Amino acid sequence: MNLASKDIRHNLGRFALTTLGVGMLLMVVMGMGGIYRGIVEDATLLIDRVGADLWIIQRNTRGPFAEVSRVPPNLVHRALAVPSVQSAREFVYHTIQREREGKPLRIAVLGLSWPTDKGEWIPLIAGRPLAQNHFEMIADKSLGFRLGETVELGKETYTVVGITTSMISSNGDGIGFFTVTDAQAIQFDTPGEAVRLERASREARGERSEMGLKQPPLLEQAVKPSGELPAIARPQLSAVMVSVSPGTDPNQVADIISGWGDVSVFTQKGQRELLLKGSVEKIRRQIGLFRILLTVIAAIIMALILYTLTLDKIHSIALLKLIGAPNTVILGMIMQQALVLGVLGFGIAYLIGQKVFPMFPRRVILTQVDLSQLAFIVLVISVASSFLGIWKAMRVSPNEALS
Amino acid sequence: MKKSFAIETHDLTKVYGTGNTEVVAMQDASMQVQHGEVVALLGPSGSGKSTFLTAVGLINPPTFGQVFIGGQLTLDGPQARTNLRSFRRRHIGFIFQKSNLIPFLSAIENVQIALELNGETSGTARRRARELLDDLGIGDRADNLPSMLSGGQQQRVAVARALANRPSVILADEPTAALDSHRGRQVMELFAQVAHERGAGVIVVTHDHRALDVFDTIYEMEDGRMFRQG
Ligand SMILES: Nc1ncnc2c1ncn2[C@@H]1O[C@H](COP(=O)(O)OP(=O)(O)OP(=O)(O)O)[C@@H](O)[C@H]1O
Ligand SMILES: [Mg+2]
Repeated sequence: MNLASKDIRHNLGRFALTTLGVGMLLMVVMGMGGIYRGIVEDATLLIDRVGADLWIIQRNTRGPFAEVSRVPPNLVHRALAVPSVQSAREFVYHTIQREREGKPLRIAVLGLSWPTDKGEWIPLIAGRPLAQNHFEMIADKSLGFRLGETVELGKETYTVVGITTSMISSNGDGIGFFTVTDAQAIQFDTPGEAVRLERASREARGERSEMGLKQPPLLEQAVKPSGELPAIARPQLSAVMVSVSPGTDPNQVADIISGWGDVSVFTQKGQRELLLKGSVEKIRRQIGLFRILLTVIAAIIMALILYTLTLDKIHSIALLKLIGAPNTVILGMIMQQALVLGVLGFGIAYLIGQKVFPMFPRRVILTQVDLSQLAFIVLVISVASSFLGIWKAMRVSPNEALS
Repeated sequence: MKKSFAIETHDLTKVYGTGNTEVVAMQDASMQVQHGEVVALLGPSGSGKSTFLTAVGLINPPTFGQVFIGGQLTLDGPQARTNLRSFRRRHIGFIFQKSNLIPFLSAIENVQIALELNGETSGTARRRARELLDDLGIGDRADNLPSMLSGGQQQRVAVARALANRPSVILADEPTAALDSHRGRQVMELFAQVAHERGAGVIVVTHDHRALDVFDTIYEMEDGRMFRQG
């Protein structure tokens, strides 16, 4: 006869409620693990997907994912000149916040190096890659755009031609893919009035400058768009992505480029580590610690629950001892209930989590490894936390059955 | 060779507490019960009957004195001379003053568990448990939980549990308090039958003087002391 199951059946309602509670608690622990994993994955997703061997960024910065990085557009050509470099692409990346239907809309704007990169590497769930070098965008699902929808950004209107999924910035914002020129246009968009004011003040500055005094016709140029002024640079890039030819060690190429005084260079792995150690490090640690805390709390709560379950049975346990039940029978009863509680709790956590987590604004990733790790922890907690109850049960004297 | 008794106690003394709160619940209580003998233990409330019975039952060891069961020394003062729990399981059947059934097991399971703990397979245990309950007239309530049984019915389940492992010693603390006199007498006669058929030693604490003719020997306790009445 299985005493554990008899007792559970006798107190079925209470046990079910307790299990549900434990399940919810474990779901939170599980969710914390998933959020942690989600942050790590999201942070490095882009770097992994883009698949560049090397990232060339502004000297002494930590790259476009961590902070503002500015490199001149001609860096692409300089990089291409390095032996063993197969391709070099422009990379523009920045986050904008606009409003859409009254709600804030954050887009991580990413520029693709048209025409070498049309976004073919982006996993699309609908639509197609970019087909022209202007006014098209591929949007992450989380941005909520429909295929064919038009979005006004800056002075232009962009059409959503493709929808991708799981393309998220390290802050959790959905990525919008544009051509580099479009991305720059969005980034450096200035209102008309600001442009007019700048041209006027440019003229004023020019009149006072030595160059303006010596060559007055030059001042006529000041009213033209910036791009047409030879002395004023084209908008800058965030970084340049380099792919090395097959069979070449990226580190060799990196060594060469790192000799240049105006830029820093990172391998894909280096950039990845930078990201994890940099921008997401604190939130990662925060959630990691929280997860540990929650696990400990879950253990304490489970121990208390099992202790109370045992206390409720203390008279029966004394009676069992009195009629000669060996300790193994009593220990088995408590331990089995602990395991049932743990296993069912874990199952409930998983089932509810599967339904609930997808509704979260950021990804909650339940990996096989994390799940089995948690399952193991729950098992250990179940066994360990039943010790408190077992300790109590072992101390009960059969005499107590008589009082 | 010394003749072995079913139950034999030498000068059992039990002192509860110390100093101001010291209570001598039992003093130099000696008793010998032969195999097949049925003993009644009488005495006023608080005279130490339950203390004596729990000492003999290896539940509540005495402060001084020895307990022999079937000739084997089991308790020497508070010292256990054998594995008390397994000894209880194999040799001693109890019925307590208050009914003591496991609340989450049905009547039949309460009897069955005692058999299974003693190594019976669950099928055999269940069959035997049902027989016992039928014998005691509560076969029809076999699947009820204790909370659904009357005091008397619970007591009879406890009797069935006590008899289940065919113990060589049966100890009953006012087993018939919750029964009508007819049922009470039936239970007493059942003890006598078990004692005579199987050579078990039986001690029954009782207040019911009408059923005393069932017993072979009568002892009485008074202020913790034991007297043999005949
Ligand atoms: N755990 C205990 N601690 C202190 N004193 C106790 C304890 N158990 C019993 N006593 C005392 O020992 C004495 C004998 O008690 P016992 O229960 O053996 O009496 P009894 O003859 O069985 O009485 P009743 O007929 O009412 O059941 C009483 O004075 C009681 O108060
Ligand atoms: Mg008593």
